[in-house]
Amino acid sequence: MTARGRAWLAAALLLLLPWIPGMQSDSSRSLLTQMAIAAVFALSYNLLLGQTGLLSFGHAVYFGLGGYASIHFLRAINGGLPIPVPFVPLAGALAGLSFGMVFGALTTRRGGTVFALISLGLGEWVHASSLMLPSFFGGEEGVTASRTKGPHLDGLDMASQLQVYYVTAAWLLISAALMYAFMRTPVGRLANAVRDNPERVEFIGYNPQRVRFIVFSVSAMFAGLAGGLHAINYEIVAAESLSAARSGAVLLMVYIGGVDHFLGAVLGAVAITWLQVSLSDYTTAWLLYLGLLFMGVVAFVPGGLAGLAMMHLKVLRTPAMRAIARSYLVALPFAILASAGLVTLIEIVYRRATQPEAGALMKLFWIPMDTAKPWPWIGAAGAAGIGAFALARAWPRIAAAWAEAGEETHARA
Amino acid sequence: MRDWLHRIGTGGLAVALLAFAGLAGAQFKIAYIDPLSGGAASAGINSQKHVIFFTDRINAAGGLNGEKIEVLSYDNKVSPQESLIVLKKAIDEGARIIVQGNGSSVAHAITDAVLKYNERNPGKEVLFFNYAAIDPALTNEKCNFWHFRFDADVDMKMAAFGDAMVNDKSIKKVYLINQDYSFGKAVAAAAHRMLAQKRPDVQIVGEELHPLQKVQDFSPYVAKIKASGADTVITGNWSNDMLLLVKAGKDADLKVKWFTYYGGGLGSVPAIGRDGVGTLKQVTEYHNNVSPTLPPEEVEFHKRFTDKSDEMYYWRIRNMFAMLQAAAKKAKSNDPVKLARALEGLQMDTPYGPMQMRADNHQLLQPLFVSTLSDKAKHDVEGTGLGFITDEKIDAAKTALPTTCKMTRPS
Amino acid sequence: MKELVAFSLLNGVVYGLLLFMLSSGLTLIFSLMGVLNFAHASLFMLGAYLSWQISRWVGFWPALVLAPLLCGLVGAGIERFGLRRVHRQGHVAEILFTFGLAYVIGELVIMAWGRNPIENHVPAAIDFAAFRLFGTSYPFYKVLMMGISVGMFAFLYLAFKRTRVGLVIQAALTHPQMVGALGHDVPRLFVLVFAVGSALAGLAGVIGGFALLTEPNMAANLGPIVFVVVVVGGLGSIPGAFLASMLIGLLQTFAVAIDYSWLDLFRAIGLKVSSDSLLREVWSVKLSQAAPILPYVLLVLMLIVRPRGFMGTRET
Repeated sequence: MTARGRAWLAAALLLLLPWIPGMQSDSSRSLLTQMAIAAVFALSYNLLLGQTGLLSFGHAVYFGLGGYASIHFLRAINGGLPIPVPFVPLAGALAGLSFGMVFGALTTRRGGTVFALISLGLGEWVHASSLMLPSFFGGEEGVTASRTKGPHLDGLDMASQLQVYYVTAAWLLISAALMYAFMRTPVGRLANAVRDNPERVEFIGYNPQRVRFIVFSVSAMFAGLAGGLHAINYEIVAAESLSAARSGAVLLMVYIGGVDHFLGAVLGAVAITWLQVSLSDYTTAWLLYLGLLFMGVVAFVPGGLAGLAMMHLKVLRTPAMRAIARSYLVALPFAILASAGLVTLIEIVYRRATQPEAGALMKLFWIPMDTAKPWPWIGAAGAAGIGAFALARAWPRIAAAWAEAGEETHARA
Repeated sequence: MRDWLHRIGTGGLAVALLAFAGLAGAQFKIAYIDPLSGGAASAGINSQKHVIFFTDRINAAGGLNGEKIEVLSYDNKVSPQESLIVLKKAIDEGARIIVQGNGSSVAHAITDAVLKYNERNPGKEVLFFNYAAIDPALTNEKCNFWHFRFDADVDMKMAAFGDAMVNDKSIKKVYLINQDYSFGKAVAAAAHRMLAQKRPDVQIVGEELHPLQKVQDFSPYVAKIKASGADTVITGNWSNDMLLLVKAGKDADLKVKWFTYYGGGLGSVPAIGRDGVGTLKQVTEYHNNVSPTLPPEEVEFHKRFTDKSDEMYYWRIRNMFAMLQAAAKKAKSNDPVKLARALEGLQMDTPYGPMQMRADNHQLLQPLFVSTLSDKAKHDVEGTGLGFITDEKIDAAKTALPTTCKMTRPS
Repeated sequence: MKELVAFSLLNGVVYGLLLFMLSSGLTLIFSLMGVLNFAHASLFMLGAYLSWQISRWVGFWPALVLAPLLCGLVGAGIERFGLRRVHRQGHVAEILFTFGLAYVIGELVIMAWGRNPIENHVPAAIDFAAFRLFGTSYPFYKVLMMGISVGMFAFLYLAFKRTRVGLVIQAALTHPQMVGALGHDVPRLFVLVFAVGSALAGLAGVIGGFALLTEPNMAANLGPIVFVVVVVGGLGSIPGAFLASMLIGLLQTFAVAIDYSWLDLFRAIGLKVSSDSLLREVWSVKLSQAAPILPYVLLVLMLIVRPRGFMGTRET
């Protein structure tokens, strides 16, 4: 499929999503909006991490500053500025770009660990300073505005979540297309070269520092745009949007999604947002699962979700797929058993530690259990142990199937 | 085989139907939005227990007009932004009353968002019950019809301190230390006004605003208080900021009177220990030595929550739900708009005197007590052997202050 | 005034030494293995919780030894079963692995001890006044803290600069094959280094636990400032970390004591700032209010001007 074809497909998908049965409630559409915002932010972050090899611990600075610029712009619109609300994120993009250029000039002089640490320090600096300058940042309360008070574009009064979603989705599509195109410009190609071998880039006559600076500014611009979308959706921007926690979250999204593939960031944004919003309803231990997932991805699947998907797509049409699928089928029940056991153990311990007053009786996977008795513990530990053991036995089979697939593709090539 | 499948199928259907009927058996949903993780979680978790406890009591007595109350809890990490994210979720899940207290910054965000939501969604209104965010602005320039406050605001509590300070001639030099946000600034401003009015002879020797819930070690601040020669400290600090402040004061041998808003809050009394006897003062609507015998609510509370940190600190949550129950009865409806109208001007008796919800700004007037930590109290706090003893009681009607609130009511 | 200066000095030194305790293990691990351990503050927190738990069973003094040993064991496990696996993928993967680990340790601590701060008071064994200054008694535990911190410095400095093992480990960082060829077990050396670094974090946790507040957020609160110390001192330099800790401790403590802003300075030199100026707010922030951001300002300036830090020998 051509790039244009893919863009049309994405547009159609974004258009239809809120009408899929089960997605028609306000909360589902709100979730979709959050995912779309996170996707813009994650894509902008992947310009740094995936494309240029810059590990930043402070990317929320540009998201937040873009958000603040947008919310003030929105307030101006509330005050009578005749500009329709859907254009507010442009103010965020402008702020992101400006601050990205200012801070980028200071921080992109070096890559690697020095860049990572500067971004960390700068992030903490900006976040802490924001609380000292309440007239712009609004102190602990943040700044609020209304998205409905302003000139309406033909019937678009921004009151319903559906309208907010469509505006967000449109911006997602535009920014994804622009970022995709940017990576195909000579600067974008050079960014990959800077990531892989900065000395070589310097040797052939380009300045890696300059390349880093340009990519950084562009990335900050899109982060600011995401901040603007956030401002429209929540109608408040507070210091939390500049915080290290948000910077950490976008790093998790992009890495879990996969840094090597353009859509990896989107995949990660969707998955992590869903975890944040939905999993936290079911379990208060969701951060633990997120941390474990992240460590697992770093240790075992460096390509992330996108890498995993690509790996399978490659062998999908080959005969080896049958062997792989069969090996998966054998391992699957044990994988489920092991994770169910582990999750049960975690949930029991967590519940007893954080909510002792809720009593020993609890319900997990629709099974009521009394955690004061030894059986739930023994059952869960047993399930985890047996599952893990069997999984370890089934693993060579999966590995063998993949090794065969590797040989086949080699032979065909 | 088919028979077996059939049985599972019908069984499943029956279960699903039962579950549906359970849902349909009308529930009145209340969303509790407060910190349940992070630095302020101890306060949030303690008040969550109160909310669950008092709603369960209402449910045991038949609920609100026959509807059982269901409490949905959301963690907002005391962040205004996070609060609005969960507020959306809470409203989507059918909450009709939002209960929040920790952090005036959060309350500002919620009251603003609730106002916008109700404007955009007529017929689906929600109410905001605030049990602890006491920035005066919330019932003055930022007041609205949907917000009700069940705790005395900063100015009312400071006025109570004024009554306690007016005759204490040992107070000569006062130091103000507060958190750097709307609430802390309001405390500082109220202290200035109160002292100018009631004790013009007292000198303010120092004033400090420190970052909210970020200071790890208060020793440098305590050194400053000591150097200023202050004999009295007024502070609105809460949660970790209160705890660490008195802890640093104890380490540095600081001998001052503490006039605090939250000195009796979770962890503070164990942190200051015997150093606080006779010096740690607080202003609250309740402490467990208000009357010689514990009220039945507290006895029952301790039966259910047995950890020694499970103190019944929020009597006002009891008052809040008593008011809600009475309003539902009066309105004969659980419709939020009707409930709000019924609440306006509602008067009730409590064991410690009458209380009233002001109609003009939705501020609850309830009796206030200024109290001091003592080692001779009958009932102690958190198993320390120390408890609070009343210095001064201020009746509900006397706590009322003028308001600038101009409210638009739904027609 | 004399009193304020004296106490600020004392408080600053104590805070600085606490920071050094926290950062020494991180510096050690970085200097010898090149791993920037984001979970270091989490191990510190683990030390605080473990020591509290152990001292409830067997008393404070055994806990002072056992808790760091346990942390060392945990560290060894992390290196052996986690970091070694991701080592092949380079330093970024290692950083990210420890980043995830910090989340997991934080949640495990909540699982074991709940979300509320625990009542980690100064143990009775060391809860007495060490000396009096300006009529104020000074608690012994702070003196103990200073002693342990200085002891750590001496240990690290001597052990790794002046002993054979130290030299071998240093060589293993740059030339692992060569050191391996000479008959040393390099992976085991790395496990040892990581264990010692984690044990130091645990030891800091024992003391820091009751000096500060033992709660699940303490790692997140202290983590960034530890990085500031390590970077400003010069990545991997123990004396540098010591110098940076003291500098930051004193800087923050004295800043709190100073209630002047730029505005006062402008006024003193006769400059006028118009009252409607947007920047007026920036200029009117008092130094005491700005104290929390000073370390980060220092970090950013240092990295821009001199990325090696005070005493570092290389940039990354």
